[in-house]
Amino acid sequence: MTPGDGDGPVVDARQSLLADAEARRGLVVDAEVRRGDFTLTVGLAAAPGQVLGVLGPNGAGKSTLLSAVAGLTPVAAGRILLAGQVMDDAGSGAFVEASGRPVGFVFQNYRLFPHLTVADNVAFSPRARGMGKRAARAAAGRWLGRLGLAGLAGRKPGELSGGQAQRVALARALAGQPELLLLDEPLSALDAGTRLDVQAELKRHLAEFAGPCLLVTHDPLEALVLADRLLVLESGRIVQEGTPAHIARQPGTDYVAKLVGLNLYAGRADGSQVKLTGGGAFVVPDRGQHGDVLVAVRPSAVVVSSQRPLATSARNAWPARVAGLTLLSDRVRLDLEGQPPAVVDVTPAAVAELSLDPGSQVWLTVKATDLEVYAPADGPPG
Amino acid sequence: MAPALIAVAFLILPLAGLVFRAPWGRLGPVLSGSDATQALELSLWTATAATLISLVIGVPLAWLLARVSFPGQRVLRALVTLPLVLPPVVGGVALLLAFGRTGFLGRYLDLWFGLTIPFTPVAVVMAETFVAMPFLIITVEGALRSADQGFEEAAATLGARRMTIFRRVTVPLIAPSLGAGAVLCWARALGEFGATITFAGSFPGRTETMPIAVYYALETDPDAAIALSLVLLFVSVVVLVSLRDRWLRGGSVP
Repeated sequence: MTPGDGDGPVVDARQSLLADAEARRGLVVDAEVRRGDFTLTVGLAAAPGQVLGVLGPNGAGKSTLLSAVAGLTPVAAGRILLAGQVMDDAGSGAFVEASGRPVGFVFQNYRLFPHLTVADNVAFSPRARGMGKRAARAAAGRWLGRLGLAGLAGRKPGELSGGQAQRVALARALAGQPELLLLDEPLSALDAGTRLDVQAELKRHLAEFAGPCLLVTHDPLEALVLADRLLVLESGRIVQEGTPAHIARQPGTDYVAKLVGLNLYAGRADGSQVKLTGGGAFVVPDRGQHGDVLVAVRPSAVVVSSQRPLATSARNAWPARVAGLTLLSDRVRLDLEGQPPAVVDVTPAAVAELSLDPGSQVWLTVKATDLEVYAPADGPPG
Repeated sequence: MAPALIAVAFLILPLAGLVFRAPWGRLGPVLSGSDATQALELSLWTATAATLISLVIGVPLAWLLARVSFPGQRVLRALVTLPLVLPPVVGGVALLLAFGRTGFLGRYLDLWFGLTIPFTPVAVVMAETFVAMPFLIITVEGALRSADQGFEEAAATLGARRMTIFRRVTVPLIAPSLGAGAVLCWARALGEFGATITFAGSFPGRTETMPIAVYYALETDPDAAIALSLVLLFVSVVVLVSLRDRWLRGGSVP
């Protein structure tokens, strides 16, 4: 992609974003950021009090986005505004250094200073922003108390558990009284056991934070639970945007569909008929849709039988071959090859009754009403 | 196996001989002789001064080499570390040509300020700094290179400016290497001979450092030479142990 190609949508986004008075008090990013050969093109707005989740695979540009907002990487084109102030503007050359931005950054591995105690880590920002030693210590003490860390003030980061370190990192970021909070994979360094507790606690603290918050993650659950709004980033571009519930129900790309565990098919609709791009067709409820559509199917909505179902209310039936079986706690996930292919969840009992093996021939049926049909987000994804 | 044993014998035996041949009974009187005490004092303070100067100007240079990219950086790095491999006597000659009374810099120091550097204690400190500073620079540069810059980024997002980051984050994080580099630098300065005798001469009490005193004592009073060598050996062992201790603690700073 040449920079010129990116300008069109970016400029449109800028006008619609800036028109939003709420966004003007929050964060507005409408920029291109380059790192080597990689270019991130993004237009987003986060209102005060809003948690904007940025979901995407590794290498999608999530960290680059945070880095640009924090002032660690300058933008190559476009600009970044925070609370109405220009932080970075490639056009005018205005650039506020990282140290001058009212931003709190919770890094992926926290980056707590190993040579300072917890209290000194939390007092670092007030000190660096000009507070006296005693006042900074007092401010740090208040934040430690608020996050339930008072007992750990004298410890070194090396002596903390993962969950404690996460809270200290949050306290350290908040102690600088930022107007914007950036969280980079805040829970990824935690083991599964502590993750849920910390997640619930983090949600509480985020709710108390008055400014906008940008939360980057590749964990869909984290995004669904913590974010008010979601933005899906793939290969340096925004491919979908919406509420977590909307994105979970109508994924825009294969990546998101896989994350939320849905089968996703692209096709062309003509009333109640959808011809799938990859082969095969579906009968769907006729809502008058025409042209390019996406069809999402829950793995549990598909019925597997050993023979062609004769009398059924399901409108869609097609043959398939079992390519693989995976045991998930209480059900078995089947990987099926056919027109179209599908991922289907059945009970272990069904696997035994139908004597399913890799290579088994089966028939799949799905009701038209179990198909979620919707128009793709702007343009073809990717 | 045999070559290894030969190597061990070759490295250890001469030092063992030094300890064995030492005039243990007369050690006190020999070392308290005025020349020896003067040389020891001179060596200690000049080596310390050279180390302090290296810290003040060498650490910023190490930072520049490790963290800032500019044209000619590789050439500069090569030039800066040249004294590591340069025969010290060549360094002494070069210093003499630069800062000598008729040198291209020394001429004006003499003309404008009436300053003469060669054959003074200042010259000793300069010769030692010239030879020893690269040890500090390469140690600190290596540490800065391998240090996690994520901490510095974190400090920047917390509102710290460059100097504050350097003082409160960078330096504490590389403290073990900084200490090791300073100790290496000090030990090298203490043992400096070639550049010092060329640029500063060997006036007892003014420019005659321990190694030079050992060299001359060997002709006039071998027992004194051995006793002085023993002192230098002892200092070296202490240096080695102190470095070992730092390395064993593996980077954690109290």
